[in-house]
Amino acid sequence: MATDLSVDQRCGSKSCESSDELGHELDLNRRQFVQLLGAGLLITVSGGVGLAQRRSSSRGARTVAARVHIGEDGRITVMTGKVEEGQGARAQLTQAAAEELRVTADEVHLIMADTSLVPDDGITAGSRTTPSTVPAVRRGAAAARELLTRLAAEQWQLKTSALDVDDGTITHKATKRTMTYAQLAGKTDVAGAFEQSVPSDVTVTPVSEWEVLGSSVPRPNSRDIVTAEHRFPSDIRRPNMLYGKVLRPPSYGATLTSIDLSAAEAMKDVVVVREDQFVGCAAPTSFRATQALKAIAKTASWQTVSHPSSKEIFSHLKKNARTGGRSRPRTRGSVDKGFADASKVLSETYRVAYIQHTPMEPRAATAEWKDGKLTVWTGIDWPQRAQRDLARTFQIPAEQIRAIVPDMGSGFGGKHSGEAAEEAARLAKAAGRPVAVHWTRAEEFTWAYFRPAAVIECKGGLDANGSLTAWEFTNINAGGAAIDTPYNIPNTKILSASSDSPLRQGPYRCLAATANNFARESFMDELAAAAGTDPLAFRLAHLQNERIRTVLQTVAEHFDWAARRKKVTDEVGVGLACGTEKNSCVAACVEVAIDRKRGEIKVLEVCEAFECGPIQNPANLLSQVHGCIIMGLGGALREEMRFEDGKILNASFSGYLVPRFKDVPKIDVHLVNKTDIPSAGGGETPIIAIAPAIGNAVFAATGIRIRSMPMRGIPPRRV
Amino acid sequence: MDTAIKLIVNGKEETVVTDPARSLLDVLREDLGLTGAKYGCGEGLCGACTVLMDGKRVLSCATPVAKADKKEITTIEGLAAGDSLHPVQKAFLEEGAIQCGYCTPGMILSTVALLREKPHPTDEQIIEWMNGNICRCNGYPKIMNAIRRAAGSDRR
Repeated sequence: MATDLSVDQRCGSKSCESSDELGHELDLNRRQFVQLLGAGLLITVSGGVGLAQRRSSSRGARTVAARVHIGEDGRITVMTGKVEEGQGARAQLTQAAAEELRVTADEVHLIMADTSLVPDDGITAGSRTTPSTVPAVRRGAAAARELLTRLAAEQWQLKTSALDVDDGTITHKATKRTMTYAQLAGKTDVAGAFEQSVPSDVTVTPVSEWEVLGSSVPRPNSRDIVTAEHRFPSDIRRPNMLYGKVLRPPSYGATLTSIDLSAAEAMKDVVVVREDQFVGCAAPTSFRATQALKAIAKTASWQTVSHPSSKEIFSHLKKNARTGGRSRPRTRGSVDKGFADASKVLSETYRVAYIQHTPMEPRAATAEWKDGKLTVWTGIDWPQRAQRDLARTFQIPAEQIRAIVPDMGSGFGGKHSGEAAEEAARLAKAAGRPVAVHWTRAEEFTWAYFRPAAVIECKGGLDANGSLTAWEFTNINAGGAAIDTPYNIPNTKILSASSDSPLRQGPYRCLAATANNFARESFMDELAAAAGTDPLAFRLAHLQNERIRTVLQTVAEHFDWAARRKKVTDEVGVGLACGTEKNSCVAACVEVAIDRKRGEIKVLEVCEAFECGPIQNPANLLSQVHGCIIMGLGGALREEMRFEDGKILNASFSGYLVPRFKDVPKIDVHLVNKTDIPSAGGGETPIIAIAPAIGNAVFAATGIRIRSMPMRGIPPRRV
Repeated sequence: MDTAIKLIVNGKEETVVTDPARSLLDVLREDLGLTGAKYGCGEGLCGACTVLMDGKRVLSCATPVAKADKKEITTIEGLAAGDSLHPVQKAFLEEGAIQCGYCTPGMILSTVALLREKPHPTDEQIIEWMNGNICRCNGYPKIMNAIRRAAGSDRR
């Protein structure tokens, strides 16, 4: 039990930002939580509502109490199932609550991603925190403020409409009476009052009145990051803990037919587990566990299967494309008629390689069993998914599993799955001790998942005036994100077709929008050239979407597009691209230098304009745009998975080149603050304009069109 | 064969009896509970494991602990003086040069080592020196600003 913990000792400390500091025990009951945190908190989530919610699979906080707690000391705690992995959700959700509670951000303590304590806010993905979770937290906090106001009104026997709330204090101006949240919490049953659902008609603060949202609140636990007081998932240590290593097949699809465990079993302090295909060792150090695993890996026999290589990947995907059945094209007008009406028809194929997220912190988990109950600390984008998956694997009720996600070392869409948690839990169960499993970089490169490769076929028709008459676009394998053209074309046919992916594929920052926008915006450039029109003018002539027009014109102006386009030489080119996805809009201009002798491309400058509605945290949004731009350079120029015979050939930072300091160009970002629409997420879409803008700049300088990502370079010019 | 290895970590003498082939990183993280240095690649290619050994930066994942015998090791945990942060830590905070923060300890210690060798580095020298430290959030622009600020060469 958590009797050794108290709020003052643990959660009262400035370094307490993660929920695990609240105690590691699963079965805190209502009374114990009251003891732990003062009246009210969490119980409703952990004991009753939280579990009930999971059973009914509804999302979000069902009561105000499940979202907001006011301690008797006035301490404000807010709870969310979202995960912090560098995207800034901790700051933004803290701001959201502070805004509506009328307090400063540093007065809000945010608990994230602990299944025992927080509501299920769904997976942290798809830029959904800003449009979904921020509003949910704001509504919960606004409801809490209204309930607090009502409690004060009851105390004073006044109408709530006569009261104001500011700085965490409720005021009756006429009589100059005031009551802080803390005073109210000391006098009344705040927790009881919060035991009701968030009213559907609760109103939140309009953008024009934002005081906390809209400002650059730093990440609340950033001091703990620079001092390393913060414990990432791979930093979790438990008493008596072992380190585990898991046997991996030599190639994809290989099955274990036999293995001799005796060499590891003979090693002191080593636990060896085999459950069908799962083989792992746990030992007091990871070095020892690795030695034990190596000793038995030598004895393993495997049945392997054939596997396409990266050299033949595009023909493989094309050959296996499923264009019938459920893969129906979306059509507008008649492309047959549109192409018949065209005076010029272009048709090209674009290709995008598999790449990987390579989060700085590979998959990691620590698992601990106690009395048939399991606690895991792990890096995953959705703690409730880890909980559900573990419940299925170990055939125990989800209520007996607590999954905690400490703020983790990045993800970019690559941590939707909880392999390490399951592996650690298997080993811990067998060992009867806590076990940590930390994937190596090579394991992450091989056994996590990848951004899908794509074959994209484009066909476009132009009439004699240089207007687009028809547009046909098929993405094979990568998916349908941002596949629709934002341009005004009378006849279109657009299809996302699945295929047989030899690699395990999954989400990546902005999904297939990067591939689709690369093909579309490169091909638009080809069509502009065919029409003999400036790429900016060609786009604007076909673009009615005001939001895209705004970012495009903003970036063109700041970059001085018209003048710089005139200065293009065969060694220095400029290019532009734009796009929209996840309800946000981006446009970029880039300048590249090309070493014609070597055929190398160097990006000198990126100017980008981005708009995602009202900006909630400008500094964080700028960081996200920086990250997207530079991450985009990696996929545009160098990153690709190479594989053969079911093995990844470049599962290392020596063979897979991610952007480094030397790769960073001059960057100029313009954030457009559009306040008359709801805020959208900003951590993904800024990536989609980079690759096509680079390709277009290379074309402008050289006349050579690169139709694949990565763009390794152009053929060297013989002197 | 386990060997006794003496380390002076953040000013404190520690003796570990262990396989001398283990990495300094593993010993710091698993034996001494100092989890500030991070695993990022295990082959000295990303800088997440950066620590200082006798004042010089080393990649602790690629350093066998035997090589650290009798050496002074500084990890991120030993950088602040009590509650008072090191100027480089402060600079990273003030510039908001943190996204996920996993690379941050390595970035900070690399910067400390840089400024000891070159108190007033040019941008080119910073980039050259820091190129071994990867930030997968790609927060390089703000990290540059933090390094410039720590070096007193902030030109804004």
